[in-house]
Amino acid sequence: MQFMLLFSRQGKLRLQKWYVPLSDKEKKKITRELVQTVLARKPKMCSFLEWRDLKIVYKRYASLYFCCAIEDQDNELITLEIIHRYVELLDKYFGSVCELDIIFNFEKAYFILDEFLLGGEVQETSKKNVLKAIEQADLLQEVSKFSFSGQSISMVGCDLKKAPVSLSL
Amino acid sequence: MTEGCPKHCILMCVLLISGKSKEAEIKRINKELANIRSKFKGDKALDGYSKKKYVCKLLFIFLLGHDIDFGHMEAVNLLSSNRYTEKQIGYLFISVLVNSNSELIRLINNAIKNDLASRNPTFMGLALHCIANVGSREMAEAFAGEIPKILVAGDTMDSVKQSAALCLLRLYRTSPDLVPMGDWTSRVVHLLNDQHLGVVTAATSLITTLAQKNPEEFKTSVSLAVSRLSRIVTSASTDLQDYTYYFVPAPWLSVKLLRLLQCYPPPEDPAVRGRLTECLETILNKAQEPPKSKKVQHSNAKNAVLFEAISLIIHHDSEPNLLVRACNQLGQFLQHRETNLRYLALESMCTLASSEFSHEAVKTHIETVINALKTERDVSVRQRAVDLLYAMCDRSNAQQIVAEMLNYLETADYSIREEIVLKVAILAEKYAVDYTWYVDTILNLIRIAGDYVSEEVWYRVIQIVINRDDVQGYAAKTVFEALQAPACHENLVKVGGYILGEFGNLIAGDPRSSPLIQFNLLHSKFHLCSVPTRALLLSTYIKFVNLFPEIKTTIQDVLRSDSQLKNADVELQQRAVEYLRLSTIASTDILATVLEEMPPFPERESSILAKLKKKKGPGTVTDLEEIKKERSSDMNGSAEPASVNSTPSPSADLLGLGAAPLTNSAPPPSSSGSLLVDVFSDSASAVAPLAPGSDDNFNNLSVKTEKKPHAITFSFVPAYSMFVCKNNGVLFENQLLQIGLKSEFRQNLGRMFIFYGNKTSTQFLNFTPTVICSDDLFLNHFLCLNLQTKPVDPTVDGGAQVQQVVNIECVSDFMEAPILNIQFRYGGTFQNLSVKLPITLNKFFQPTEMSSQDFFQRWKQLSNPKQEVQNIFKAKHPMDAEITKAKIIGFGSALLEEVDPNPANFVGAGIIHTKTTQIGCLLRLEPNLQAQMYRLTLRTSKEAVSQRLCELLSEQF
Repeated sequence: MQFMLLFSRQGKLRLQKWYVPLSDKEKKKITRELVQTVLARKPKMCSFLEWRDLKIVYKRYASLYFCCAIEDQDNELITLEIIHRYVELLDKYFGSVCELDIIFNFEKAYFILDEFLLGGEVQETSKKNVLKAIEQADLLQEVSKFSFSGQSISMVGCDLKKAPVSLSL
Repeated sequence: MTEGCPKHCILMCVLLISGKSKEAEIKRINKELANIRSKFKGDKALDGYSKKKYVCKLLFIFLLGHDIDFGHMEAVNLLSSNRYTEKQIGYLFISVLVNSNSELIRLINNAIKNDLASRNPTFMGLALHCIANVGSREMAEAFAGEIPKILVAGDTMDSVKQSAALCLLRLYRTSPDLVPMGDWTSRVVHLLNDQHLGVVTAATSLITTLAQKNPEEFKTSVSLAVSRLSRIVTSASTDLQDYTYYFVPAPWLSVKLLRLLQCYPPPEDPAVRGRLTECLETILNKAQEPPKSKKVQHSNAKNAVLFEAISLIIHHDSEPNLLVRACNQLGQFLQHRETNLRYLALESMCTLASSEFSHEAVKTHIETVINALKTERDVSVRQRAVDLLYAMCDRSNAQQIVAEMLNYLETADYSIREEIVLKVAILAEKYAVDYTWYVDTILNLIRIAGDYVSEEVWYRVIQIVINRDDVQGYAAKTVFEALQAPACHENLVKVGGYILGEFGNLIAGDPRSSPLIQFNLLHSKFHLCSVPTRALLLSTYIKFVNLFPEIKTTIQDVLRSDSQLKNADVELQQRAVEYLRLSTIASTDILATVLEEMPPFPERESSILAKLKKKKGPGTVTDLEEIKKERSSDMNGSAEPASVNSTPSPSADLLGLGAAPLTNSAPPPSSSGSLLVDVFSDSASAVAPLAPGSDDNFNNLSVKTEKKPHAITFSFVPAYSMFVCKNNGVLFENQLLQIGLKSEFRQNLGRMFIFYGNKTSTQFLNFTPTVICSDDLFLNHFLCLNLQTKPVDPTVDGGAQVQQVVNIECVSDFMEAPILNIQFRYGGTFQNLSVKLPITLNKFFQPTEMSSQDFFQRWKQLSNPKQEVQNIFKAKHPMDAEITKAKIIGFGSALLEEVDPNPANFVGAGIIHTKTTQIGCLLRLEPNLQAQMYRLTLRTSKEAVSQRLCELLSEQF
């Protein structure tokens, strides 16, 4: 895999992971182009498309688009399931994940991704093992000085599997 | 839910998100950035917590899409914190926002080094993730030696092993030269047997990448991968516990193992091969079973494995039964309700269409594919359908496919029109049984999608019409009719103008298309056309002056008009002046000479094909081409391999209207000679120079470039036969690559230098030449020919040449030649080609001088009928005694003079040296000049050797 992008229906980039060295300028250009291309596609269209010399695999979960760029010889369907497994991991960790979880806890989203995918390849496919690693890391954290009630978020939070919920607060 | 960012950060997030406008957001962020900057610069040393807080904020701001140019130092400081969260945020910042500040990289590397040495698996994990995320060359320099040790150390935790494997993979991708191969490689291969499936998954990715470049070193992975795969596919769905995904056992690992196997030809060991075939059959069988779950994840995972298995089947291209089953399975998917599966089935079938075994099976789905073209709602799926139609096209269905593509073109998406036009043009030319159909098709193309018809396409139709006199009259009539349309595309005016200028006379007998009508028709379009087209029409007019003297004055009037003679465009003005002069002063004879019909164009590769290749990247078109060519000989030989040497864009600028300097395109008439012909010969000569060594033998060579990088296809055509009697020369050449050879042999040893020349101006990446000894080079599992190659640099710069040395040891006598497989990436596509390496048995000859008496004595000793092999054959080359002598000496044996009582005969003697034995050989060649035949007799102590030498030498005369 060359990179993974998460962006909202409004075209806001929520997470970016690059597995090939590219300049910031290039990254921005790619992001802009891809977000545009993917958002322009209709719901029932196929999840794969050719883009430059890469294959793009994307899937929408509620208000978020998950979009991976893979190389010619890579397997599209298994990439689709990489996306799904990542969503499952987020969901299990956050409990009914929503776009806001990823915004507020972006670092967790990155850590989970690093446990699951490394260098663009699947590192660990077992849900249990990935979450165990993250939980162990969490145990190492010092006791939080601030506790933030999840209430206000869960009020606006949306289940990624349910209908999209507008996130403009 | 656990606590992530500090509270401030979250509050800020909320503020940012709730910002009313973009300006408000930017204002808010700038304020925050200023605040953070002042904190970092402040006199008071920040504690770890605050540092973490601010670094985290910076990250957040960066991820919102704003530029961050400070904070790196603070992030690096966090790396050395003992607090896990601080370290973690530091690493995250570095991973996301690293810049190539070398000062910083050193500090980062230091922190990583400490964490790797800490033996704390969590810290080691963080450090390895960071290396894998950044993967810079500096990091490779620092850690490429260390990570393999961590990977294979006995006491490393499983999770660290997984990270280390993928970390190493990332470093190998960026800097393969810095990752030393060594003892660790064999231990990595054995990770395929590891109990922990996560470790196996990570290791398989690493091994696959390494094996692509070092196939020999990782050969043992094949049998391990097969047995692992077999255990997975036969396991019950619950056996693998958490590695079962929606009832599919370890789909990711299965896909990876199947990918790994695509780095190799089918396994040599029959047991392994059998087991693999069983696995593939099981996977195909499972596809027919009812689904264990209705979830799309279940079917996706199952089909991901299935598609990968099909890729492997296509890659091996050796089991007709599996290939046909694969084709049938894909056929089912073509009509599946899931768009994704239809897309993939179309894509996969494209590669299947190029296999000999399944081409016919693919063709049976033509109606479904055509239907897809008409009904699919998604352009990317329709695009796949177009590709597949192109791939499955052959003589039997060309008319139907071209008609359907033309049909589709009327409504096709603009983004893919040009490509369809090129494809139609190529197919129409290639499979034209009847050239009137070809001309109709191209004119239709111009009518339907004139804007997308590039000049290559219309140049080509003109070249073909000029070269084939049976179609000229029809072409003239058809363009004349097409031009009647009130609004016709400018490309049609160009084609029409050119063809009528050449062949208008063929239809001038019909009063409906008399010379004057033809001229008026063309001239009615003149004012609507662009300058280049007008220039072309002016040339048509002067040609009319020659063809139809009766309308000379009409034409002269037009040329003489102010709008021509005083045209602001210098090219048009010059043409008008010169043509007018020419028509006035030249006699009929001179006119006829100057303006005679264009001579036939030299046959060469269709420039359209070159264009499509350029458009789609080199690898994607050739495969189809080559395959098709084998199947049906090309009608006009437009794609002969020898002509591949032509310049990349041989689109003969027909009238010099293109980029050619103006002075060139219209020499003054006084220089007489042949005005138009001259212009043409200019471009023709640009095509003429063939590369050195473009010997006839190249015609035999078949190269296949495949879309899939590892679809190795061997070409067993004796392309190397020119090397039987010589050791140096060009082995292979195409538009991208030239392979030269220099070799020397002594007794049973030899050394060959292979020179790879990059003919393009672009770098070749992942350049991997591999020498493969086929099964035939094994005798009772012992290799007859021992070859050692040194790896070459994986990047070959444009215009550069790299050299590879092959050390050769002949262990025992052998038949087949080894195969040189070359893979590389050129402009985004993988190239894959295989040629036979000319290492033949006769290379290990030592000549033996002997007297006539000795010769005949030994000749009699070898009188056992099995020891003699004789071949009578027709001479393929002129029968010249001197050349024959040179060839026999080049073959390696001594040429014995005055031995044979008949001085016209040639006799030779020598000893073949192998490691295990020496084999004496005698040969006799009797030419029969009258019959243009030879009789070649070989006597050696070993039947197989006699046979082989006889075959090799017979080819030479």
